[in-house]
Amino acid sequence: MSRLIELVGITKVFGTQTVLDNISLYIRQNEFVTLLGPSGCGKTTTLRIIGGFEQPTSGGLLFNGQNLLSTPPYKRQLNTVFQRYALFPNMNVAENIAFGLKIQKASRGEIQTQVANMLKMVNLEGFEKRNVASLSGGQQQRVAIARALVNKPKVLLLDEPLGALDLKLRKEMQVELKAMQQSLGITFVYVTHDQEEALTMSDTIVVMNEGKILQIGTPEDIYNEPNCAFVANFIGESNIIPGLMIEDYRVNFCSREFKCIDKGLGKNTNVEVVVRPEDVEITSPESGVLTGVVENVIFKGVHFEMRINTQNFIWKVHSTVQAQKDSTVGITIKPELIHVMPLRGATPLANSNGFGSHLAASLLHGDNNAPGEKVAE
Amino acid sequence: MMHLKRFYLGLMLFFMYAPILVLMVFSFNDSRSRNTWGGFSLRWYVELFNDPHTQLALRNTILIAIFSTILATIIGTTAAVGIDKLKKRSRMVIMGFTRMPVMMPDIVTGLALMILFLFGFRIVGFGRLGFGTLLIAHVVFNVPYVILSVIPRLRQLDPNLYEAALDLGSSPIRAFVQVILPELWPGVITGAMLAFTLSVDDFMVSFFTTSPGVQNLSIRIFAMTRRGVDPRINALSTLIFVAIMLMLFIINRRDQRLIKKQQSEV
Repeated sequence: MSRLIELVGITKVFGTQTVLDNISLYIRQNEFVTLLGPSGCGKTTTLRIIGGFEQPTSGGLLFNGQNLLSTPPYKRQLNTVFQRYALFPNMNVAENIAFGLKIQKASRGEIQTQVANMLKMVNLEGFEKRNVASLSGGQQQRVAIARALVNKPKVLLLDEPLGALDLKLRKEMQVELKAMQQSLGITFVYVTHDQEEALTMSDTIVVMNEGKILQIGTPEDIYNEPNCAFVANFIGESNIIPGLMIEDYRVNFCSREFKCIDKGLGKNTNVEVVVRPEDVEITSPESGVLTGVVENVIFKGVHFEMRINTQNFIWKVHSTVQAQKDSTVGITIKPELIHVMPLRGATPLANSNGFGSHLAASLLHGDNNAPGEKVAE
Repeated sequence: MMHLKRFYLGLMLFFMYAPILVLMVFSFNDSRSRNTWGGFSLRWYVELFNDPHTQLALRNTILIAIFSTILATIIGTTAAVGIDKLKKRSRMVIMGFTRMPVMMPDIVTGLALMILFLFGFRIVGFGRLGFGTLLIAHVVFNVPYVILSVIPRLRQLDPNLYEAALDLGSSPIRAFVQVILPELWPGVITGAMLAFTLSVDDFMVSFFTTSPGVQNLSIRIFAMTRRGVDPRINALSTLIFVAIMLMLFIINRRDQRLIKKQQSEV
């Protein structure tokens, strides 16, 4: 698993605004990497720097160990699927797909077979002569993917390619894209703000906010072991409660002391405690560590979504067991399901200060998933 | 009320078109008189085309129109692409400067150009007003019209189109010619046709920027009227009027078709 693309300390400043702040990360061959974050977090700018449409203010970009920054976009061995497809309106479907091949001076017969193969792959057989404006959003999306993949790029960059599609189509395309990536063995760099999409498709997720990388890891890592409150809240729902780390393995929140498995945060340190709604267990009032009143119950199909008020905090709880509205219940949380996060700004990890690539490396390889590792430095 | 509306519209059109109608009718008048009808004849048209000065003026008008249109279209289109890429504030400033000459009185443009040319000749030590300066002047007043018709097309363009072409391996020039230019064509053609029409039509700017030796049609008419109104002038004016009307008609028809086409695409 060699490093195909490497970003080293990339910073991008537009005017007075720092869009990317010292980003370091690498992407391995055949990996499906998703840059995930809210709008304005710098994920698209990162993709545009890799594609060559934007030059970083400082930092380096390596492709197979070679400097890529001085290579213009039309000489880079990567192709892009743009957010609004950017199909050429003056060309029909076949001409759009053939555009890259014509530039490579492929023979006529070669072009014809390749275009036919691509159309078959994206399920658009017989669409050769169609005007691109007459296609639906999903079909345009497929043409855009075919137009990029026909050039056999080493890397495919995708900028929120499913953003304009309806939910059902989006789910189908997620599965198809993932299948394509696996069968073709191409590295995908995917940009989205949709956490579910990221969890579904990615080998590696890079969570970004405000121009910084917050966490890099597998979907499981990111979901189960978020390294800060922002990631916990952005990926799925979370209860985020202010707390006090008394010492290793002991944390106080909601005026109670809980056992936990986190260490290395110091003694009597202010922290944030993150608990997933599905990790909150409802018990009888007597056996719960906390007691609270059920304020609200909503049936969601697979589970019930409840709000439980325990005086100092209103808990979001997902459970297959329904509690009665206005009844008093108990709450317990298993020690391994309590995630203690250092406060923002105090964390050694949330900022990718300095090079940070060793951090990226340790997180990327995921060879050590011990929860305590996330605060180790 | 309906009758009043109709009457008012009729009156308006009458005042607008009566002069040109009278002129056109009298261009076919066999008599030399300006107010008595002497029977239908094409003799003034024949005389007009046998007049070597008019032939030369016609040739100048057409050459100037063709060359100034080509130059203004190339300059205007490339300028529009550049302006479109500017940041918002600089773009607003440049667009303001672009609209200014359109609204400037022709006499000011003409006079200013003449002074500029004469000043330039003084500095380089040679040169005189003539075909060259006439051509430059026409390019100058045509460029803004081309820019103003191309910019809206550029604004409608998907901002990623050019990048998509580069991404697929196309050089910047190839991307512009194969992807961007086809999208701009309608605007470019409209701009070129406007430029051609304006060039054929122009008198004031031409008058100041040429020498008596090089006349275009409008200057020729002006020169002829100074020696008394000649029915040949009626014939020539009629021809210019018909030509310009034809051009405007074609431009408008094209615009309407484009609008319809766009609406059907949406």
